[in-house]
Amino acid sequence: METLWQSVVEAGRMLVSGDLSLYGIIGLSLRVSGISIAIAMAIGVPLGYLMGSRRFVGRRLVQVLVNTGMGLPPVVAGLTVYILLSRTGPVSELWASLSGSIPPRMLFTLPAMIFAQVVISTPLVTGVTAAAIGSVPVELRLQARSLGASSWQEATLVIKEARRGVMAAVVAGFGGIISEVGAVMMVGGNIEGQTRVMTTAIVLESRKGNFGIALALGFILIGIAFVINNGLTALQYSGGRYER
Amino acid sequence: MSARTPACTRTPIIVGEDIEVRYHKRSVLTVERFELCNGETHAILGPSGSGKSTLLRILGLLEKPTRGHVALDGRSVEPGDKSARMMMAAVFQNPYLFKGTVGENVAYGLALRKIPKRERADRVAAALERVGLGGTQKSSALRLSGGEAQRVALARALVLEPRILLLDEPLSYLDPLIKRRLVTDFSEILSAEGVTALYVTHDQDEAMVVADRVSIINEGHVIRSGDVDEVMTLPTTPWVADFIGMDAALHGTIVGAEEGIADITVESEYIHARTDLPVGTHVLIGIRPEDVMLFAADAELPLSSARNRLRMQVASIERMGSTDRVSLSSNGMRVAASVSRAAARELDLRPGSEVMALFKATSVRVQSAVGVPAGV
Repeated sequence: METLWQSVVEAGRMLVSGDLSLYGIIGLSLRVSGISIAIAMAIGVPLGYLMGSRRFVGRRLVQVLVNTGMGLPPVVAGLTVYILLSRTGPVSELWASLSGSIPPRMLFTLPAMIFAQVVISTPLVTGVTAAAIGSVPVELRLQARSLGASSWQEATLVIKEARRGVMAAVVAGFGGIISEVGAVMMVGGNIEGQTRVMTTAIVLESRKGNFGIALALGFILIGIAFVINNGLTALQYSGGRYER
Repeated sequence: MSARTPACTRTPIIVGEDIEVRYHKRSVLTVERFELCNGETHAILGPSGSGKSTLLRILGLLEKPTRGHVALDGRSVEPGDKSARMMMAAVFQNPYLFKGTVGENVAYGLALRKIPKRERADRVAAALERVGLGGTQKSSALRLSGGEAQRVALARALVLEPRILLLDEPLSYLDPLIKRRLVTDFSEILSAEGVTALYVTHDQDEAMVVADRVSIINEGHVIRSGDVDEVMTLPTTPWVADFIGMDAALHGTIVGAEEGIADITVESEYIHARTDLPVGTHVLIGIRPEDVMLFAADAELPLSSARNRLRMQVASIERMGSTDRVSLSSNGMRVAASVSRAAARELDLRPGSEVMALFKATSVRVQSAVGVPAGV
């Protein structure tokens, strides 16, 4: 009990003192997950729009992949990326056979972590976006077209109409990866100052018995989740009087 | 089956030819030729599922037919033709306003057309004024009543000054009071704008108020088409007659004529009608039930200009909302009359009873039967 209390005090002290290594970890976490969610949105929002509004060849297959992806355990995503990027993996082999040179190390780098997080969050963004787009009535799209909208302008309008759902997709995706530990641990390796992020640091510090740092990071993680979720929720409900 | 609309006296603006639409290998619409004339309001009238909205979407370039083509000003056009689509604007059954303000909604099409902001604001204000919602630009579009929302939807289309306005059951979601008011407003706006309009409805009263011409469609086929008062008074087939609530047109022969009033034999009955057709012509005759007045058989008839006074037998009585529709016959001729419920009670109408039916010679619609296939 005393240890726990000491840990809470220690956590507060670290936060206030502006411990550089602590802030480095937080910054890295935000950077990795921020870039990942940006990429996931770039892929997932258009794909979700297509899935929610069009019939196309292979739609069913995409649907199955997305549904599977939404339930994919992060650690399995990490394992898959690990195998793909390892020295003996297919990417390295392809590199070697194409360029004839020894491929660079790909595992335990930021791009590898981003890759894994994109794999985890893209299905989430796609799936939730598709559901949101699908709930916009077909007639509304017909109405837009009948006023002269091109398919592109129609898509913009529909996404705007479904913006609450699309934002929920982004929140779900970001929440999934900022708090995820399995994949970043596996492909990032938790290298201090390079690939150590909040979740992996929490695991490591708890194992070492440094509950102060672990808790401090935990508070911050909760705080970040709180700020982001509330910020996005506020954004979602802004202009509420114009909403259905 | 006419399967085609009569040719326009003015130039047609849209012509659909050999149109066929199939969904899941089932044909839902087959139209040999449809002409929308410049400046007219053309109602497409039919029951639910008859293919009328599909026809509107085809002619309005919102959907590609399985077969056939659509021409605009004599030029073949497709849904991908942006300049053609820019000439049209639609109002649907459900207004489907977009999130945002009333002003943003009305400005939507203008923004797509890259109209400068200042001009946009002026045109939006004018359009809202025209539909009776002046000054509501800043209100939320999603907090309007059904009638207001539909007015905004109309303003959103009118503001584009389209050459062709597509109206797909624009009033059918509204309650009767609002609907009555909007029918009149819509019809005034349409005639004032001089815009060409395609107006889909299942409500014949609505069609009669707004339209110049009407096409009746059933099970994917245009079965009757022409000027609104002709189509609505002279049902040439039993189905059309039933749909518009009349008896099928009667067949008769003109046996005498004097000063534009013809004497016509129908079965073994004899009536007067205003027409310039010559003696000997075989004709179709229609009388709207509202134009037939009923009196007790022994009553002293009022002084009236009604030339036709027939003693008729009540065949059946059907309740229709606020009125009763009474089917009458006399010497083989059948006519329907529409009477108020109170009048029906006062006359003690029942099958078999006798009444006097009065109607004016000018209320009898007459058309040459030549060229109209019998019994379709």
